[in-house]
Amino acid sequence: MSITMTERAAEQVRRSLVRRGKGEGLRLGVRTSGCSGKAYVLEFVDVIEPDDQVFENHGVKVIVDSKSLLFLDGTELDYGREGLNEGFRFNNPNVKGQCGCGESFTI
Amino acid sequence: MALLQISEPGQSTAPHQHRLAVGIDLGTTNSLVASVRSGMADTLPDAEGRHLLPSVVRYFGNAQPLVGEQALADAATDPFNTIASVKRLMGRGLDDVKTLGGALPYNFEPGSGMPRISTAAGPVSPVEVSAEILRVLKLRAELALGGELSGAVITVPAYFDDSQRQATKDAGRLAGLTVLRLLNEPTAAAVAYGLDKKAEGIFAIYDLGGGTFDLSILRLNQGVFEVLATAGDSALGGDDMDHAIAHWMLQQAGVDASADPRIARRALRDARKAKHVLSDAPWAEVSMTRPDGSVWQGRLGQEEFAALVDPIIGRTAAPCRKAMRDAGIAPADITEVVLVGGSTRMPRVRQRAADIFGRTPLADIDPDRVVAIGAAIQADVLAGNKSSEEMLLLDVIPLSLGIEIMGGMVEKIIPRNSTIPVAKAQDFTTFKDGQTAMAIHVLQGERDLVSHCRSLARFELRGIPPMVAGAGRVRVTFQIDADGLLSVSAQELTSGVASNVTVKPSYGLSDDEIERMLRDSIVHALEDNDVRSLRERQVEADRVVAAVESALASDGAALLSAQERASIDGELARLRSLRAGGDAAGIREGIDALDRVTQEFAARRMNAGIGRALSGHRLDEFG
Repeated sequence: MSITMTERAAEQVRRSLVRRGKGEGLRLGVRTSGCSGKAYVLEFVDVIEPDDQVFENHGVKVIVDSKSLLFLDGTELDYGREGLNEGFRFNNPNVKGQCGCGESFTI
Repeated sequence: MALLQISEPGQSTAPHQHRLAVGIDLGTTNSLVASVRSGMADTLPDAEGRHLLPSVVRYFGNAQPLVGEQALADAATDPFNTIASVKRLMGRGLDDVKTLGGALPYNFEPGSGMPRISTAAGPVSPVEVSAEILRVLKLRAELALGGELSGAVITVPAYFDDSQRQATKDAGRLAGLTVLRLLNEPTAAAVAYGLDKKAEGIFAIYDLGGGTFDLSILRLNQGVFEVLATAGDSALGGDDMDHAIAHWMLQQAGVDASADPRIARRALRDARKAKHVLSDAPWAEVSMTRPDGSVWQGRLGQEEFAALVDPIIGRTAAPCRKAMRDAGIAPADITEVVLVGGSTRMPRVRQRAADIFGRTPLADIDPDRVVAIGAAIQADVLAGNKSSEEMLLLDVIPLSLGIEIMGGMVEKIIPRNSTIPVAKAQDFTTFKDGQTAMAIHVLQGERDLVSHCRSLARFELRGIPPMVAGAGRVRVTFQIDADGLLSVSAQELTSGVASNVTVKPSYGLSDDEIERMLRDSIVHALEDNDVRSLRERQVEADRVVAAVESALASDGAALLSAQERASIDGELARLRSLRAGGDAAGIREGIDALDRVTQEFAARRMNAGIGRALSGHRLDEFG
């Protein structure tokens, strides 16, 4: 089981954490929601729960709860730009289909 | 797939429900838009990477208006159709505009009221010009954030009056923005530095831009910023320094620029460059091509530079002293000084500000962007992207708001210290059979009785269809927008008839009065409670008496024996006399007694199957 992160994404998370002033790392998760069944969670982490698994990439902690990990195994988190818009992108090999905008997906 | 941003713990939004909110600094010279992404507030650049959008709009006869750099470049060639500095006209009448002086080169349409500028595209109002600027920023933000905006916070100078604020809001709406709130520019700068996280303090915001200087003194108390004083000079800024340097260059080169405005423009451009260079370097190389083609070359050192700009920078001292005097504070009382505006990048300006206030000013955030960044942080909170504990308490209502209910009592709808904007609704029922109107009396204050509160407005809801008491349901909604404007609406829910009124609750109330009203409510708390419970019993007694009388009138003769009738009449009379007295417990007991002697009567009325829809309600009311 593993979750990875590109150098660019890690750099962005490091900067965000510094600006925020606190936080253990970045939480990746999956929850039931949205038009195609599941949606990604991307949050700062202040408290690591007992149920959480921690992966370290380029010096940044990625925290995933064990249930979400089932749907995220092998995911690579990337940071990119599309026109003026920039943000994080999940390259998740488990995804079978997603809604038009890609904000929710099915597994 | 979609690009995602990092949320605060537990604040992830459902797909398609991201609340994208921006802060907009709608400036006299330049405007900016900023947003919070992954916890970081920053201004958003356009496709060419430029953050500042010149607040200039050029109109055409047959094409869409042009906004920004290109319009600014065209200002010289098409001055009548190219509108700059429109912020100075916002919310002004035509008469005010005339007194602003000959500095405005535009042709105004004749007529009274709102000034309208004649352009190739027809007459345009300052609100419409501002809306064009906002539209460009909105589009930029939607492209950068990848979705539609749910709302925006727009900043205004602290000294803007109600009509100038309203005009700014109108411009936002015209541009298709949901204006979450207008925020004072100095407050936005303070928020950008996180000063709102402190418990309390007094802050001086020193804002020296291209053409204006504003000094605001803010007091933070329990999360609420209050503007203590503002002062400034609407014709003082970096442009004056550019002129002084350009004048020196022309003098040194022995050139008379009055013959050729192009030489003057070039000199101004080079002067600005030299000014920027001198922020870091010990001297700046300057040159000028004379009309005869020969070239003058010179060097502007820090000493001459200081001699040129110091008199201009020195003019900021008087407004600073005036504002401190107006606020009744000394430099030692000031917790922090915040620098805003591009001209505060100059070390000499920073030094001067430090000298005036006797402390090193905060200057880590880009002074051109700090206002937009503060507005973005506020917009993010208002859009609901932060947990409520982190909610900035920027504005609260000082006193509770409510309406009068039966018995001369006040029912509070919005409690004091609620953060605004806020909306709350409560349902009320009709009190009398066949009641067709309801008077809504809007009150402000902490006391329980109408006579101890402040009356804000009265209006009537008419056209309620005749119904039995309690069947008509009226929903009263109190809504306070971010600018403190209260609107109260009442709607009868079965028929849909509605009515409303708008008032400004803060109008005419001083801090002392608010404090007195609060103190009174504490001093009289117990006494108010007793009066309230007595009034409540009296109202209940009135209602029960009316209901029993109405039932007796319709069915008493048919369903009651003379003896039964006499005992009910006896209890009725006793309750009436108890009600006239001042004993709440006695009235309660009288109501219970009447209830007991009428129970059999009520049961018989039901059983008699008198098909009035109201009988069910009657039973409830006796209970």
